[in-house]
Amino acid sequence: MSTLIKIAVRNLTRYRRRSFLTASLIAIGVIAVVVFEAASGAFTGLMIGQMTDAMLGHLQVHRRGYVASIDNLPLTLMLTPADVAVVEQTLRAQPGVESYSRRLKFGAMFSNYTETTALRLNGVHPEDEWRTLPLLASRITRGTATLEKGHIIIPDLLANGMGVKLGDTVVVIATNRDGSVNAAQLVVSGVLANVTGPSGRDGYLHIEDAMSLLRMDAPEISEIAVRLKDFDQLDQVAGAVRSALQQSTTAGRIAETEVHTWEGLSPFYNVAVLINILALSATLGLVAIVLVSVMNVMLMSVYERVKEIGTIAAMGTMPRTILSMFVIEGLSLGVLGILIGDAVAAAAILGINVIGPTFNFGRETGLVLSPQVDLWQMLIISGVVLFVAVVGTVQPAFKASRMEPVEALRHG
Amino acid sequence: MSLIVADDLTKTYTTGTVRMDALKDVTFTIDRASFVTFIGPSGSGKTTLLNLIGALDRPTTGRLLVADTDVSTLDRRAAAAFRGQTIGFIFQEFNLMPVLTAYENVEYPLLLIQRVAAAERRRRVLALLEAVGVADQHDKYPDQLSGGQKQRIAVARALVTNPQLVLADEPTANLDHANAALVMSTMRRMRDTLKTTFVFSTHDPRVMAEAEIVFRLEDGRLVGRDVTGAAA
Ligand SMILES: Nc1ncnc2c1ncn2[C@@H]1O[C@H](COP(=O)(O)OP(=O)(O)OP(=O)(O)O)[C@@H](O)[C@H]1O
Ligand SMILES: [Mg+2]
Repeated sequence: MSTLIKIAVRNLTRYRRRSFLTASLIAIGVIAVVVFEAASGAFTGLMIGQMTDAMLGHLQVHRRGYVASIDNLPLTLMLTPADVAVVEQTLRAQPGVESYSRRLKFGAMFSNYTETTALRLNGVHPEDEWRTLPLLASRITRGTATLEKGHIIIPDLLANGMGVKLGDTVVVIATNRDGSVNAAQLVVSGVLANVTGPSGRDGYLHIEDAMSLLRMDAPEISEIAVRLKDFDQLDQVAGAVRSALQQSTTAGRIAETEVHTWEGLSPFYNVAVLINILALSATLGLVAIVLVSVMNVMLMSVYERVKEIGTIAAMGTMPRTILSMFVIEGLSLGVLGILIGDAVAAAAILGINVIGPTFNFGRETGLVLSPQVDLWQMLIISGVVLFVAVVGTVQPAFKASRMEPVEALRHG
Repeated sequence: MSLIVADDLTKTYTTGTVRMDALKDVTFTIDRASFVTFIGPSGSGKTTLLNLIGALDRPTTGRLLVADTDVSTLDRRAAAAFRGQTIGFIFQEFNLMPVLTAYENVEYPLLLIQRVAAAERRRRVLALLEAVGVADQHDKYPDQLSGGQKQRIAVARALVTNPQLVLADEPTANLDHANAALVMSTMRRMRDTLKTTFVFSTHDPRVMAEAEIVFRLEDGRLVGRDVTGAAA
């Protein structure tokens, strides 16, 4: 084996320039894929993190049909206090659930006494909401990162557009379920940065203020946002919650509910999927590069060495040994390309972190891209390249091993 | 006891619709430990016959026993195994592996064909490099060696496995007089000490002079067998 590796390496150094060019081609492919995957992974990770940790939560529970008509924030599709009690019980029983926050969502008119505009509002229990959205505090660009009764946090588009400042008194007007209109005076205590996506421009007020504005006696809830201990457990936990709630519905204990993960709630999911498809295409491109270049260079090697092959075959070298001789050569070429590629890619990723490029997405500015060197991902890509290098070598190597020594020896 | 028994060998090549007999009804025997050469004009069938004896090719008809093995029936793998165990080849153009040193070239058949243990390998390689007089060149690559040195290493490579039979198709064609003589004398010594059988083909009168038995081929037919003075 070590002899075969020695022969392979020496044959590669014999055609130094050609081997180096092929290895470089493989390396460039590896670099492109590794860096692209790291950067796109960092980007989608960042965007998903923004969305789940500052706005949506990891998953949400609603009365069935709510999400389909979420645009008009209906007050008719609510979870009753009894429903909520069962949902809370279910969530607390789930070991994967970190926290949850009940929200009373409604559309309102917002007035600073000179101008009036529409505003979507979330009535929440502040501690629950803050615990469920760890990045929420960082979205509050002005004012206090808490919410007291009698206060309102408004999106910065509204604050800027209407010239509303912290401490200003504003009026919020809402229509309740019975069709009667009510108003409340609130003090602006915070301004909230936008997040791209649904409810990225909603305001916040205390749930008790929301209840009295809507003249609700008992708290009805539009939405329960849930944070998980481990994001990677998303599908398992969502499934468990879904089936537990389904059972309660079947048992007649609660109304029909629906459970959505962030993927079902945010259009960004489609962007993330698209990015993954791009990464996959890049990998396929890499596979094609490796396959064609390794196969090409190994076919050349076999044709150039017909007489050598004939000689060792005549001496009694087994076809299997000749086959491995060439497969190992192609493999070594792949390994060389991978080593160069991985090293340069890792350096490039670290370099990106040093530079710390920022980008804007939607109305969010100054997001910092910080891709990570993902050893697993590198290992998988390297494994794919290695496998493809072997596949590219098999046909030329097989050709070499099947040569008739008499004919090969007559060659040149 | 004969090492090689050839019985009515015929080898027919078919190129398109043209059939041509490279060998016709060739019958002979060669004893162990003999020094034999086939001579004949170009195209008379020398290479074809050596390829048959070496299990590199199969006769069209006839029977061919080499070292008690019927080589006319061997499949690819069996033929390769047979060659690796029984025969040493010396090629006209040396055919050393360019990526291996002189030492590694001689070691090759012990390492990748016969899979001999390391210590034994080393002992045999050094002994043969010594015997052919190129021990001091052992770490040079073929392109750093003269034609004579290359041929001696090729001889060492053929002999290192102690084969029963050494086949050499025009072994001295690319050598000057002194080197040809040295190669021939090395092979004779091997024959004397190890009872190796040597079969050559040649145009070279010096090789003919060294041979004990000379077979003459013409148009694929064996037309003569001379026992020369060298046999004494
Ligand atoms: N593969 C082949 N296909 C067709 N004809 C062949 C083939 N190999 C050899 N021949 C023919 O068989 C005949 C004998 O060839 P061979 O090579 O055995 O001659 P040779 O005695 O070795 O000649 P030389 O002294 O030139 O080496 C020649 O006429 C040659 O053209
Ligand atoms: Mg010939």
